[in-house]
Parts: sequence; C-alpha cells; structure tokens
Amino acid sequence: MSLIEILAMRNELLLTIMAMILLIIDLNLNHAQKERMIPISIGLFLVVTLIGFIPQPDQTIFGGMYHTNGLVQLMKNILNIGVLIILFQSVSWLRSPANSTKISEYFFLLVTTLIGMNFMISSGDFLMLYLGLELATIPVAALAAFTHFNTKSSEAGIKLLLSSALSSGILLYGISMIYGSTGSIYFDTIGAAYVNVPLQVLAFIFFFTGMAFKISLVPFHLWTADVYEGAPINITSYLSVISKGAAAFILVIVMFTVFKELAPVYKNMIYLVAVLTMTIGNLFAMRQKNMKRFLAFSSIAQAGFILLGILGTNKMGMTSVVYFVLVYIFSNLGAFGVVAAIAAKTGKESMDDYDGLYLTNPKLSLLMMLSMFSLAGIPPVAGFFGKMFLFTSAASGGYYWLVFIAVLNATISLYYYLLVVKAMFINKSDHPIATFQSDGYTKIGLMLCALGIFVLGFWSQVYEFINNLSFGI
Amino acid sequence: MNILTLFVVIPVLTVAGILFTKDLKQSRMVSAIGMTVQLILSAILVYLYVTERQAGNMAPMLFTFDALWFPALNIHYAVGVDGISVAMIALTGVVVFAGIFASWRMEFLSREFFISLILLATGVFGFFISLDLFTMFLFYEIAVIPMYLLIGIWGSGPKEYSAMKLTLMLMGGSALLMVGILGIYFFSVPEGGQLTFNVLEIAKHQIPIEMQRFLFPFTFVGFGILGALFPFHTWSPDGHASAPTAVSMLHAGVLMKLGGYGAFRVAIYLMPEAAQEQAWIFIILTSISVVYGAFGAIFQKDLKYINAYSSVSHCGLVLFAVLMMNQTAFTGAVIQMISHGLMTALFFALIGMIYGRTHTRMINEMGGLMKVIPFLGVVYVIAGLASLGLPGFSGFVAEMTIFFGAYEHVDLFHRVATIVAVSSIVITAVYILRVVGTLLMGPITDKHFLHLEDANWYERLSTITLVIGITFIGVAPLWLSDMINFSLAPLIEKLATVQLPGM
Repeated sequence: MSLIEILAMRNELLLTIMAMILLIIDLNLNHAQKERMIPISIGLFLVVTLIGFIPQPDQTIFGGMYHTNGLVQLMKNILNIGVLIILFQSVSWLRSPANSTKISEYFFLLVTTLIGMNFMISSGDFLMLYLGLELATIPVAALAAFTHFNTKSSEAGIKLLLSSALSSGILLYGISMIYGSTGSIYFDTIGAAYVNVPLQVLAFIFFFTGMAFKISLVPFHLWTADVYEGAPINITSYLSVISKGAAAFILVIVMFTVFKELAPVYKNMIYLVAVLTMTIGNLFAMRQKNMKRFLAFSSIAQAGFILLGILGTNKMGMTSVVYFVLVYIFSNLGAFGVVAAIAAKTGKESMDDYDGLYLTNPKLSLLMMLSMFSLAGIPPVAGFFGKMFLFTSAASGGYYWLVFIAVLNATISLYYYLLVVKAMFINKSDHPIATFQSDGYTKIGLMLCALGIFVLGFWSQVYEFINNLSFGI
Repeated sequence: MNILTLFVVIPVLTVAGILFTKDLKQSRMVSAIGMTVQLILSAILVYLYVTERQAGNMAPMLFTFDALWFPALNIHYAVGVDGISVAMIALTGVVVFAGIFASWRMEFLSREFFISLILLATGVFGFFISLDLFTMFLFYEIAVIPMYLLIGIWGSGPKEYSAMKLTLMLMGGSALLMVGILGIYFFSVPEGGQLTFNVLEIAKHQIPIEMQRFLFPFTFVGFGILGALFPFHTWSPDGHASAPTAVSMLHAGVLMKLGGYGAFRVAIYLMPEAAQEQAWIFIILTSISVVYGAFGAIFQKDLKYINAYSSVSHCGLVLFAVLMMNQTAFTGAVIQMISHGLMTALFFALIGMIYGRTHTRMINEMGGLMKVIPFLGVVYVIAGLASLGLPGFSGFVAEMTIFFGAYEHVDLFHRVATIVAVSSIVITAVYILRVVGTLLMGPITDKHFLHLEDANWYERLSTITLVIGITFIGVAPLWLSDMINFSLAPLIEKLATVQLPGM
C-alpha cells in the first residue's frame, strides 16, 4: 500500500491534523487568550469541509476494511455541514465565563467524535464499524458532561456512557454471531452467505438493536430524553442530528448490502419498530414543556420516519433517507439554534418563556416557525419534500397502511410543533423575552439553516445528485 | 412566461413587496395593487380561454406548460386549464380582491396579516392550475397552513382551539390524500412504464379495479374533509366563526371548493369504476351534510355560525352533485361552487362589517338595522335571497341544475337521496328569512345602533364586486355552463366506457 492510497482517508486525516493543531495552539495561549480558539477552529473546520467537496475516486484500502466512494463522501460532507453550523451556533455559549477556559477542549472533543463517525461510515467490515462507533461515542459522553458543575449535565454524561456501553455490547455480540455463522467480517463477502438461518436472524436482531440505541428507536429510546435535557444545548443538537444521521447512514448501507438476503425478515421488524417509534415519540413530545426535551422526543419520532425509507429497500429508499437526513439537519439545527441563542442570552428554555416572542424577536421566531414547519413536513419548506419522498419510497414497497399511519403521525406531530408557533405568535405575555442581538457567529449559523430550509426543497438537483449515487437491493 | 405561471408569481411578488412595507397603509396598498392585477389577469384568462375555444382549439387543457422538476420520480411542474379551472380561478380572483378590501382596517400586525392571506391565495391559485398531482398536493397544503396563523392571531372567540382543530382536521385529510395520491402514482401506468403524477396521462390508463377500490375512499374522503363532508365537517363552523372576516370569506368562498374540485378532478376522473361502485356510501353522507347543515343553521344565534353551517349544507350539495356523475349534475356542481363561493364570501364580508359596527354577532341582540345602515342591509337581503335560490341570482341556477341532474337517475335510491337533498331548500329559506327578519326589519332594539355609519367606499367596493358576480351568473348562466360543458366531455366519455359487473 503506497502512501498516496492513504489519502483516500483524507477526511479523517485532515480532522486528525486539525485536532492536533488545536491542542498545540492551545498550549501557547493563556486564559485571557482562549477566545482566539473560536475563529481558528471554525476556520480550520471550514477548510476541512470545503476540501471534502473535491471529487475523489472510489477506493478501498486496508484490504477492504476501509472504503470510500461518492455516496460515502456525500454523507461525510452532509455531516461536516451540520457540524459547521453547530460550531457557529455554540460560540455565544462558549464565551460565557463558565466555559471560556474550556474552549479548545470543546472543539477537540467534537472533532474527535466526528473522526469516529467518518470511519464508521467508511467502514468496509464490522471491525472498523465498531471502532468508529466507539470513537464517536466516548468523546460525546465527555461533551454531554461538559458543564460538569451542573448535576444534570454530569448525569447526562454518565447515562450516555452507560447506555452506549450496553448497546455496544449488544452490537458486538451480534457481530460475533455474524462472524461465527459466516466466517467473515467483511461486508463484501458476508452478503451472499447471509441467509435466513435462525442464528443469523438472531445476529441481525442484536446488531439492529445496537444501532437502534444509537438512533434512539423505540423501545431503545429511554436514555434519549434525560441525556438531551441534561447535556449542553449544542451537544444535544449534535446528538440529535449528527450522531443520529451518521448512524442512520451506516444502518441503511449495511441493511442494503450485508443483510440484503434477509430483507423479507427484517421488513416486518422495521415496520413494527417504525410504527412504535413514530407513535410513542409523538405521544411523549406532546407533553413536554422544556424545549430540549421537546426536541428530543420530536427527534425520536423523526427517526421513525427514516425507517420508512429503509423499508423501501430500493434506490429510491436510500436516496430518500440521505435526503431526509440532509433536510432534517437544517431543520433541527434551525430549531436548536434558536433555542441555543435564547438560552445563551437569557437562560430560558421552557416553552412558556417563548410567549409573545414574535413581538420582541421577530427574526428568531420566524426561523423557529420555519424549522417547525419543516420538521412537521409542511410545504413549501424542505421538510415537506423530505417526508414526501420517504412516504413515496415506502409506498413503492406497497406499504400503504404504514404510509397512512406515518402521515397521521406527521399530523399529530404538527399539533405540538404548532404549540411552539402558538406560543411565539399567538400567546400574550407580560414578561416576554426582551429584544436582543445575537453575535455574528450565531447569525451566520442561523442564516445557513434558514437558507437550507428554503432552498433544499425546490432545488431538485440535490435530490438528483443523491439519487445518482444511491443504490438499492 | 406562461400566463398560468403568472397566477403564482404575482402573489409571490406581492408578498415580497409587502415585506418592504412599514405600516397598514402601505401594506394594504401593495396587496390591493397585487390582487387587482390578479383580478385583471383572471379576466384576461377567461377572455383568452373563450377566444381560443371559439377558434376551434379542442385540446383538453389549454395554455399548458410542462417542466421536469424531479427527474428521478418524474415529478413535473405541469400547468394547464380547462373551463372548470378557469371558472374557479376567476372566482378566486374575485373573492381575494374583495377580501383585501374587506380587511382594509386590519390594524394589528397588518403586514403579517396580508402576507399570510396572500400566501393562502397563492396556494389556491396554484392548486387550480396544477395538472401534476404532486404540485397539486403541494399547493393544497400551502393553502391550508396559513389558516392556522390567520385564525390564531387575528381571530375572535375560542380562536386557538378553532385554529388548531381546523388545521389538524384538514391535515388529517391530507394524510388520507397522500395515501391516495401515492397509490395512484404507483399504478398510474401499465406495468413497466414510466410512473407519472400527471392527471391527463393517468386518465389515459385504467388503474386496476382492486387498487381503485382501496384508493378511492382515501382520495374522496381526503378531499371531502375540505369540502365539509359529514361527519368530518366539524372544523368548519368553529373555524369560520373564529376567523377574521377576510379569512372566512376566502376559506368558505374558495378553499372549501378545493375539496369539490379535487374530488371531481382526481377521485372521480381517475378512478371512475370505484367511484361508480362506492358512490352510494358517499351519496348518503352528502345528503346528510346537506340537510344536517341546513338544520344546524336554524339553531344558531351567531351570524357567523349560521353562515358556516349553511356552507356545510351548500358544499355538501357540491359533493352530492359530483357523485351523481352525469353531465347536468357536474355542470350544476361547478356552478354551485362558483355561486356559493361568491355568495358566502359576500355573507362573511357583510357579517364582518356589521360586527365592526354593532360589536355583536348575536341576532337576538340586533334588530332594525335596515333603517340605520341601508346599504349593508340591502346587500344582506340580496345575499340571502341568492342563498335560498331565488331566480335571477346564481343560487337558483346552480341548485336547479344539480337537482335536475340528480333526478336523471331513475332508480329509487337516487330519487330518494335527491328528494332528501331538495328539502334543504325549504330549510334554507327558513333560516335565511328568519335572520333577515330579526336582524334587519322590525324596531331598532339598541339605541346605540342609531348612530351607526353606513358602508365606506372600500366596503362598497368589496361587496359590489361580489354582488355583480352573483347577478351575472344568475342572469347569464349559459355563458358559464357552455364553458364547463365542453370541458366535461372527456370525463363523461370516460364514465360511459365504465363497465361494471352486474350493472
């Protein structure tokens, strides 16, 4: 293997270099100078993101453990864009006195977990997948406990760590059974050997359960709400968007390649899990008053919709999953961005505090409304197209009743998304959140979201581009 | 640019223009200009359409334009109109125009109000010009969602409850619709062909009868909810009663017609076999709608509730006519949509104007208004008489055509249903005349009413536009029905070829 071939891992290499540079620069800064890390980190990450868009030939290295192609690169780019927005949105929170000494740690940990996710998406065998997953998870637990003086945050960290450990154990058990029954851990060689044998079905169930923890599908979702509520907002948005998106990406790839012979069996499973996830996520989201918990449960429901695309098991299905995650990143980060901006200025994060927000902060309210509509799947914003295509791919498999249940759930979700709109636009308040100006970074982060929410739907080339890279069973 | 695309572009430009305005005066001026242009454009479209037809253009859809949007799914931006859509577009143009002038004094958050109102109109216009089911559905939802804000922010009474109820019920309807549309899409062409959302393409091919049986109820009920089909009509009275004037006008006048139009254009046109088979269920439901709505109106004291229930009754009649599936009834359905659109918009406009003066909508708290506000009083009587079907106004033409069409069926079931539906005319007369009697005639009950001012120029403009429409259709209905008849031909041909086992 020549040195040039290693460049196939350019995303991971660049991120690793970036993490090193951050640590070295940090050594040379005193406490007062730590804020300089913000423009440096964002600048470096911007460079990494842009380099990701340079086309690259399909390659396989390390004897099949690592591979990259157009689709994988696209997925990494999507995650990079999401992380970039999160970096912009976390600036005002990082500048608060409690966090200003830990700025470089934040960026370092975030970049490290992203490296793990990139490895995971690029993996060509289960070993690499598992390594990537672990590398992605452990720094996130540290991040969830970032404000360690806050008991809720520490609790979130330990909860995330324990439930991840448990799910990783289950996943690993599944992988070991897969190895035991097929004699291989490479995706390419397993496919044909994987048939409808009870042991292999069991192995699949373990594997799926492990992944379901990461995507927080019902009934493996119970850690989500507490962790999301306790973790700092920007980490919550990272967990709900980037972690979930990366896990969904690798899940759809593995389902469509390694387990493709098992499709008749796993379709029933996914059907049931999808219905449960959408319904239970919705029912719990309705009762939430804390915006973070609210968005946590709504993101559980959203994960249920992703399964509809997997159920399509064709090219259209994969395209719709990737496209939906892309749209979902912008919509959810739009919502989290507003919550973060308000929390950073006022410390308020309950839905009741949002009463009358439109009269004092119209722009934030409008973005929040657009994000809510996009999450609910209301045209003309991008979320409509994302949901519509997921439903189309499920219908292509003949699952009309599932589509009906899903659309009904989308309607139910509209109810609680509208509650936020109602608070901001309709409710009157004696003590509304005062008018405030966010800093430049936050504004850029929010504007990127608004742009994505508006443009992605109408810009059909995006969908076409993804479709050209996707594949079905 | 294609003339039909302008119907979406102009409202969007108007919305963009309103964004730059500062206060009520500016924003209402921009909206008024935009919607006047839109009204003129509708008139031009009618003129162009009629000349084109007279020149012998026999294409089913005119002014078509087709652009590929999502190649992978074969989704197009496809527009085109026939006589029915032209009529609906003209109706929308008139009602939106009147609606802007009816909300001339919207002081609170005026900019946002006009933006939401015109967004709603954009959705409606887009819906009527669409030939592609995907864009049709897209516009349908664009038309529904601004209602939440419009009712929730500027409404009255239990506005939050009504807004949420309306939005969720209509979105529930679109859930049904989504299943229907996706099903139609996947069976739009014979096995192996390129799937399509285009209505005209799908109509060339027969969807398998088993799928039709499954999809027809979804599609019909989906549209039916918007058309206030019993028992899914309950959003309508609450929603209309809580909505601000212009929104009630637009919603009852135009938005509910999306239901009738869609049921006709999508459900029956694309799935005629299942429609024939299952029509009886929905005929029963719509007959109930018609009579129940009328009875509901009798028992109400709030002017808006009366009119909302009467809308349930009249829109039920539209769906009833659509289900009769013959040329006469279809013509009647379309005329009824236009007629009711104008009439109910006029009613809601008047109710808004009266409420703005008396600050009550309860009929038992008012009386003798004819003496103090004669202009509004006279127009109210005109609207009332049109509503109960007096010859010379549009209501008569529409209802007569529908009942003639329905009576063309010779079997007992259709006859009984028709007779039940006809009885609503009598009940309509009861509630209309009762309201006119207590509200306008008799002694003035409240001495504060003595100082009420009659209509301003903008209120006159708004109401007179609508009265002209009602009278025009009432006096010269042939002109409209000719336009519709020609466009019904493809559907009638399609229905004629339907062969059902045992029929």
